[in-house]
Amino acid sequence: MFCEKAVELIRELHRMTDGQLPAFNEDGVRQVLQEMEALYEQNQADVNEAKSVGRADLIPSIKLRHCCLLRNQRCVVAYLYDRLLRIRALRWEYGSVLPANIRFHMSAEEVQWFGQYKKSLASFMRSIGGEEGLDITQDMKPPKSLYIQVRCLKDHGEFEIDDGTVILLKKNSQHFLPRWKCEQLIRQGVLEHVMS
Amino acid sequence: MDTHSYFPVTPGVGMEENFLSLDDILLSQERLPVRTECVFPRLGFLEKSSDSQDIAEGTKMEFPLWLSKGLYEKKRKVLSVELPKVYKEGWRTVFTADPNVVDLHKMGPYYYGLGSQMLHFDNPENPDIAKTLLQTFIGRFRRTMDSSQNAYNEDTSVLVGRLDCLEKVLFRSGQNGLNGFQSWEKGQASQLTASGLVLNYRKRKLVDVQP
Repeated sequence: MFCEKAVELIRELHRMTDGQLPAFNEDGVRQVLQEMEALYEQNQADVNEAKSVGRADLIPSIKLRHCCLLRNQRCVVAYLYDRLLRIRALRWEYGSVLPANIRFHMSAEEVQWFGQYKKSLASFMRSIGGEEGLDITQDMKPPKSLYIQVRCLKDHGEFEIDDGTVILLKKNSQHFLPRWKCEQLIRQGVLEHVMS
Repeated sequence: MDTHSYFPVTPGVGMEENFLSLDDILLSQERLPVRTECVFPRLGFLEKSSDSQDIAEGTKMEFPLWLSKGLYEKKRKVLSVELPKVYKEGWRTVFTADPNVVDLHKMGPYYYGLGSQMLHFDNPENPDIAKTLLQTFIGRFRRTMDSSQNAYNEDTSVLVGRLDCLEKVLFRSGQNGLNGFQSWEKGQASQLTASGLVLNYRKRKLVDVQP
């Protein structure tokens, strides 16, 4: 049956229920597009024959191939769209700089899309909340205090806070830091929020 | 409570499908027993049991739902679609008797979804099928909801094993609510946590062998 490769692309994404981004299946997409080309050409030939020699009996087969073309199109579009939803999630979960191993999973166009999404989000955030803008990727949970106790889960090097002091984030060191500085590092798993 | 930012396109409701929903695409991949009501020239290779160049009229085959929907026409000149066993009268009686006994995962994981889609094919039994789908859902819902709200921090594979996909989504939703409430009660709701997504990437990285 046609369109098996297209559904395989969908299954590949569906398997990753937590929103992870698998590597871009360039081969798979190319195979689907090739199948579409072949179906289209067969249909063109059959349509011409049906019109010129009056073979209306070819119409059911033309319809069937057309259904396959639509199905392939649906699968490819859904594949690309779902990947964009996952990439969008990365901006909110990881921040604006993605680790290399994730970037390798994205196609060139997807990297470009991510850059544009970042820009749109940044200009939106600048436009709200008065003079300085408002970082809406912060304070995902209602804050209870200005400063929080954190423990470092891995070596992260030097970290500068607003008043100029530099802190060395060494594994297992504990610090009392402003909440807004730490939020992203906590989300990335570098720091751990210690509740007293 | 995990703040996840990945929101996939949800499946359609009832007889509608959502074009971009991965769940709906997989649902429409389910195969249906069909009978061709006309000849399909030059497509004989799709039918494994015969060697002819065309698919003859009156051939019994299995077509995926998407193809059946695409080709089906009211006047029945192209295709006639047979009901899968689960939606026929025999099984319908079983469902009416006790909906909770049935393993809906085994009966094709998309029992409600596929059943709703079957209503597209103008079968005279449609009103009964629709009624059975609804009554089965109503009969099973209470148990699904109860178990999702009471299974805290335990292995739920036995509870979930006999549910169809729609019920599984509801169960998961109930569990998320339960876990969120419990963590709020413990005062963990204000604790900043690492992103679930980030942690999962880390775990997978160890398994991934990148050149």
